[in-house]
Amino acid sequence: MDAIEIFLTTTLWAAAVRIAAPYVFGTLGELICERAGVLNLGIEGIMTAGAFAGWYTVYAGGDLWTGVLVAALTGAAFGLLHGVLVVPLGLSQHVVGIGITLFASSLTYYSYRVLFPKVTSPPRIVPFEPFAVPYLSEISFFGEVLFHQTPLTYLSFILVGIAAYVLYRTPLGLAVRTVGENPAAVEAQGIDVTLLRIGAVMVGSAVMAIGGAFLTMSAFNAFFFEMVNGRGWICIALVVFGSWRPGKALLGALLFALFDAYQLRLQQLAGQYVPYQLFLMLPFVLSILALIVMSRRAGYPRALMVPYRKGER
Amino acid sequence: MRLEPREQAPLGVMVLAPLGAFAASLVFAALLVLWSGADALSTFGLVIKGAAGSSFAILETLTRATPLIFTGLAAAVAFRAKLWNIGGEGQFYLAAVMTVVLGTGLLKLPAPLLVPMLLIGGAMAGAVALLGPAFLKTRFGVDEVVTTLLLNFIIILFVSLLLEGPLKDPMGLGWPQSSKVIPEAALPKLIQGKRLHLGFVIAIVTAFAVWIVNTRMAFGFEMRAVGHNARAAKFLGMPVNTVMLKTAMLSGGLAGLAGVSEVAGLKGNLTLDLSPGFGYAGIVVAMLAFLHPLGVIAAAIFVAGVFVGADAMSRSAGVPSYIADVMVATSLLTMVVAIMFTRYRVLWR
Repeated sequence: MDAIEIFLTTTLWAAAVRIAAPYVFGTLGELICERAGVLNLGIEGIMTAGAFAGWYTVYAGGDLWTGVLVAALTGAAFGLLHGVLVVPLGLSQHVVGIGITLFASSLTYYSYRVLFPKVTSPPRIVPFEPFAVPYLSEISFFGEVLFHQTPLTYLSFILVGIAAYVLYRTPLGLAVRTVGENPAAVEAQGIDVTLLRIGAVMVGSAVMAIGGAFLTMSAFNAFFFEMVNGRGWICIALVVFGSWRPGKALLGALLFALFDAYQLRLQQLAGQYVPYQLFLMLPFVLSILALIVMSRRAGYPRALMVPYRKGER
Repeated sequence: MRLEPREQAPLGVMVLAPLGAFAASLVFAALLVLWSGADALSTFGLVIKGAAGSSFAILETLTRATPLIFTGLAAAVAFRAKLWNIGGEGQFYLAAVMTVVLGTGLLKLPAPLLVPMLLIGGAMAGAVALLGPAFLKTRFGVDEVVTTLLLNFIIILFVSLLLEGPLKDPMGLGWPQSSKVIPEAALPKLIQGKRLHLGFVIAIVTAFAVWIVNTRMAFGFEMRAVGHNARAAKFLGMPVNTVMLKTAMLSGGLAGLAGVSEVAGLKGNLTLDLSPGFGYAGIVVAMLAFLHPLGVIAAAIFVAGVFVGADAMSRSAGVPSYIADVMVATSLLTMVVAIMFTRYRVLWR
């Protein structure tokens, strides 16, 4: 099989959709925060915390969807902390974001060690199984690629649809988009800028955390240290790549995952000639390239990272 | 609730705010310790004993503080100019690579020549690692936070590649590690038979040098001006982009020195676990120091003490040593709140 033929295999495309899910959640979550004008660098830590919280809930006897809910609530809690620090207090979103990542991941690792002091191999759970959607999964190619996935993957697509609808078709979405561009205009409408922004950050963080939970509850069946492994940072690049639009962000995440799935297969093909680290670098290099290409056209939300102080101009 | 900028914070606030921040992180850590089933007071006692309870403990804390002073200075210098360098980890590793390349026999020089060469080489490697993201920021407006973060992963994979290829120690029994640096390249120990090395002294001297640059030189003023208000600085005719790139080289170089110091002063060779997150901890150090170069020394010793003390405590009391990471992260978050209270007055209306 040569390097081009890989693209003709259904498994590649199915793998791309599977790999995409955590990126879709993460990118969507970050997008919601940034659309409201708040950069959330806590994403890497929030995904780690979500991965652990969801997995542990199931390990302790909860069912899988309860795990997803607990992961989302955990994410929202860290989102609340981030929101309170950067919105009403107006602290540096860079510094607080890094702080949230350090805090959430160290708290997660501490909790893991307290709850499992002596385990050497990580305990396992029964994760989400792939679910073939009736009728749709029988379509040739597309059925195999899109409709033989785990429920969390379907949830990620549905959330993109909901987010796009809410952002562009509802008054709430209009308010969120405006608060990221011109908070004073939102204030003039009698809407509380602080509450709206904190709310958006909480919702976004909850979505990110589900992305983390996908790793422990769908992609694998256990929690490992360092398992998020930079996915959060890549999502921040994907938000820029997707020009802060849910649909484009979904496309970006899928494209990125396709590339990732492809390099995994290429690695098997060319692994003996090229060091494997070069393949592992590719996603990060690709993210930086995407940032450079998109930077000229990037339509940043105009109030991104600008704290809002009432009455101040 | 409204925030109003203060001209000058009252002394009470200047003292109470950081103390309150510290107390808050301590209380949070105590709750976590209680949750693990240990006694909080005796656990903290063990941490303090492990960090400063004996001459061995103190030397160990200072040894651990050495790279943190460098990465803390790197972050402090960059953050002052609002250059968000989160890539200290990558700059550290690239400098460590340079140290191993130059120091394992390529340069055959006597120690008084070789050691400065390693420091310069490592600083240059670190500077180059940050110059790329800084250039992308000034030229294309690409956010340096994301690029430096992503670059950390690329550089660490690059190090892994080198350690399994060109830099692999032929005598290393298959472990991914480099050969040891030659004796001339090693930084001498400050006390015979102890681990504390010349790197600590270099770190202190560097902190004073950065302080002098900040307060007495035009470049220091430019960095602050750009950080404070880039548009005003530009209006005054300051070459904002050039200042940014120079700041990047200084910051990257400082983080690079940490890598040189760890390889040439402590470990002797390069492995993939050379840094337990020194680059990220440097950010915390810089914030705890209010971005002041001399404050960085104290903050680095404090953070190093927390880590060293928690390691010792964990061995005897069994509370996971990750408590140190939690304490460091919470002190960062509480300290930025404390700094805010010194700059703003809160009006409740």
